[in-house]
Amino acid sequence: MHDTAHAHVAPHAPKTFIGKYIFSLDHKVIGKQYYGLALVAVFVGMFLSWLMRIHLGYPNFAIPGLHLLSQNGAPGNVMTPEYYLQLMTMHGTIMVFFVLTTAPFAAFGNFFLPIQVGAEDMPFPHFNMMSFWVTFAGFLVLMASFFTGDGPTLGGWTQYAPLSAIGSATGPGQGLGVVLWASSIALFCVGQLLGSLNFITTTLDMRTKGMSLWRMPMTVWGWFITSVMGLTAFAVLMPACILLILDHVAGTSFFIPSNLVVSDQLQPHSGGSTLLWQHLFWFFGHPEVYIAIVPGMGIVSHILATCIRRPLLSHRVLVYSMGALAVLSYMVYGHHMFVSGMNPISSIAFSFPTLVITIPSTIIVLIWLGSLYGARIRLNTPCLFSIGMISTFITGGVSGFFLAQPSLDIMLHATYFVVGHFHFVMAVSALFGIFAGTYFWFPKMYGRMMNETLGKVHFWLTFVGVYCIFMPFHYLGLAANVRRYQAFVDDYLQPLLPVHRFITIAALFTGAVQLIFLYNLIHSRFWGEPASDNPWEGTSLEWSTATPPPLDNFGGTLPVVYHDPYQYGIEGSTGDYVMQTSPEKIQTQHDEA
Amino acid sequence: MATTVHEPPSIETRDPSRPKITSGNGGGWRNLAPEGGNLRSVQEYAPPPSSTAIWVLVAAISMTFAALTSALIVRKGGAVDWRHFTLPSILYLNTVVLLASSITLELARRRVAAFMGGLKLGAQNPARWLDVTLALGFLFLAGQYLAWRQLNAQGLYLATNPSSSFFYVFTAAHALHLLGGLAGLTRVIHKLNRHTLRRTTLDATARYWHFMDVLWIYLLVLLSMKL
Repeated sequence: MHDTAHAHVAPHAPKTFIGKYIFSLDHKVIGKQYYGLALVAVFVGMFLSWLMRIHLGYPNFAIPGLHLLSQNGAPGNVMTPEYYLQLMTMHGTIMVFFVLTTAPFAAFGNFFLPIQVGAEDMPFPHFNMMSFWVTFAGFLVLMASFFTGDGPTLGGWTQYAPLSAIGSATGPGQGLGVVLWASSIALFCVGQLLGSLNFITTTLDMRTKGMSLWRMPMTVWGWFITSVMGLTAFAVLMPACILLILDHVAGTSFFIPSNLVVSDQLQPHSGGSTLLWQHLFWFFGHPEVYIAIVPGMGIVSHILATCIRRPLLSHRVLVYSMGALAVLSYMVYGHHMFVSGMNPISSIAFSFPTLVITIPSTIIVLIWLGSLYGARIRLNTPCLFSIGMISTFITGGVSGFFLAQPSLDIMLHATYFVVGHFHFVMAVSALFGIFAGTYFWFPKMYGRMMNETLGKVHFWLTFVGVYCIFMPFHYLGLAANVRRYQAFVDDYLQPLLPVHRFITIAALFTGAVQLIFLYNLIHSRFWGEPASDNPWEGTSLEWSTATPPPLDNFGGTLPVVYHDPYQYGIEGSTGDYVMQTSPEKIQTQHDEA
Repeated sequence: MATTVHEPPSIETRDPSRPKITSGNGGGWRNLAPEGGNLRSVQEYAPPPSSTAIWVLVAAISMTFAALTSALIVRKGGAVDWRHFTLPSILYLNTVVLLASSITLELARRRVAAFMGGLKLGAQNPARWLDVTLALGFLFLAGQYLAWRQLNAQGLYLATNPSSSFFYVFTAAHALHLLGGLAGLTRVIHKLNRHTLRRTTLDATARYWHFMDVLWIYLLVLLSMKL
């Protein structure tokens, strides 16, 4: 019996198809599985948004075949108000959890975190495998709610109690639909907790020789900070979901107050707290915003350095700012509840950190812009999407200043201004981060290049498209266009209908553009130009191994790291970059900008 | 304009004339590894991920129970329907059983350490104390089940009152986490019997098990104060 100091499982080459591709222990396969799940989810979510947008722009339009999706929700192919809300809820839930959290964090993180720190795998591959399959089960459970009698829940992705806790009296899908929703999210939480466990231990304990914390690429920092946030946020959402399920199935009264009459029925519950769910949900919900965006920030920083061919303005300040975002994200959640009736002093207490959190965000943006300033940029598709992400993040961030102030938020709350804000700052920005990462890492993941021309077409049409969709949301919000309404055919909202029609056409167009991306992805996977080991002339460890990487990532010998991650534009060096694994002695001028 | 000179880290096996590097010298944990980056030898020096993982688990579980605690405080705060009840006395006996299981686990850990260190301890089987720990763990769970039965006999079920709801939620959540610990202990015993046990696995399992004690004592204090 030997005393070894490592609980590591050495990878053995799986022999069967199931072991290799289905229940794989290889972090790279698991990363691809996560990516595949996110890809399916994003197209489902986008399809739902298409249906919603058609209905908003053309409220009486019969969408051919819609009744096949739901007999009750779309009699005569025209969407009922309830069905609109059901689609909206599912769109939000699918996108936030199974796309924005899954793709930049779980998919890319799984594939590249161990490689970028120079490890042969994650320390707990079985947990890693479970993490994916539990998440996948969560997705199936969520999808199953489409096939229940009255369809999925209509409570919105925030699923506010008490209406979400009561049952079918509050509308179709509010019974079994909510139970499936909460079960799905609880499963998702378990998956993310297992993932975070692996990410944190890999970053802390599995780094190769020479890979100090400050030599880790920005991507690794992004994933590490996100996993710490995920660990604490999902650990709170999970018990909240369990309490919600108990209110449904066990007759408890955690969230349902006394004497509540819904649909002319007195609810048989007593004493529950109406704000409790909001506190628990937003304690998770605000960090979740950063869980979605911080990996994207890491990816964009990483790609930007490769494209501008010089080090980022300040690697360390970027890391500190991302850390500050993570810490502050727990202190701001109350800004989602400014109009919930909580104490005005609490509003001020939550407003202050909400304004403070713009400081690290601004620093991050300024570092990106400062790094770009005067650089000779290699304007390839990953770079375009990275710069696009900076643009959408700034646009969405600026509207955040307005919402951070309770006095303004009272006016803008629950209007399209908020919808425009979070779609820019979180959804589109994170999505651009995912696109940038996909074009950048596809060669390493699949050994083939993606088509650059199609990529650039995809970028420009998407970039213009998302601005056409989400910029008018701000104007609508300022015109007091409330969100969550299923149609704007009455009174003061009617003059805004042409704006909604414009947005609908833009959404259909931008959605269709994504088929170019899908085509590029599938075509390049099989017929793309073969990729070299280092097609972008990058410096980090993923570019010093074979394409695609072998089972143990580095072919038997772990790399030794000698340099900071972004040694580009090195004077007197043989190339214009020095890889982290190169033992070459170099002299750099860090802060030339 | 700051100028930074980047030098390759000095590695003693490559160049013995250079001074031996210490940790924190830009090299991270793995700087202690020999030339060539052989992971197997690195593992002798790198901190075990299982040890880090336990702290990560402790953090996540603490957050879960903190969330439930805040739910309890908020729910009780404005409640007019809160009905106090006395905790079943068997819980205190269960507490003693659980604390005893931690002691037996520590005894087992010492035996295993000595066994691995080459010390002969006569006929004493290191697995014996682990078996006792496992049995005490199951005894604790059985005791918790009896506590639930006692409450049922008083007419207190999950949905009877918010106080009983929280009692069942907290104790069931703790029991589920304890089941995880029992699974870990079973795995340790299995590995010990097959002579494949790593010290770090046992240490990590023991740390988790002691955390279950701490968590239970916290819950006992919380429930006896609040319910």
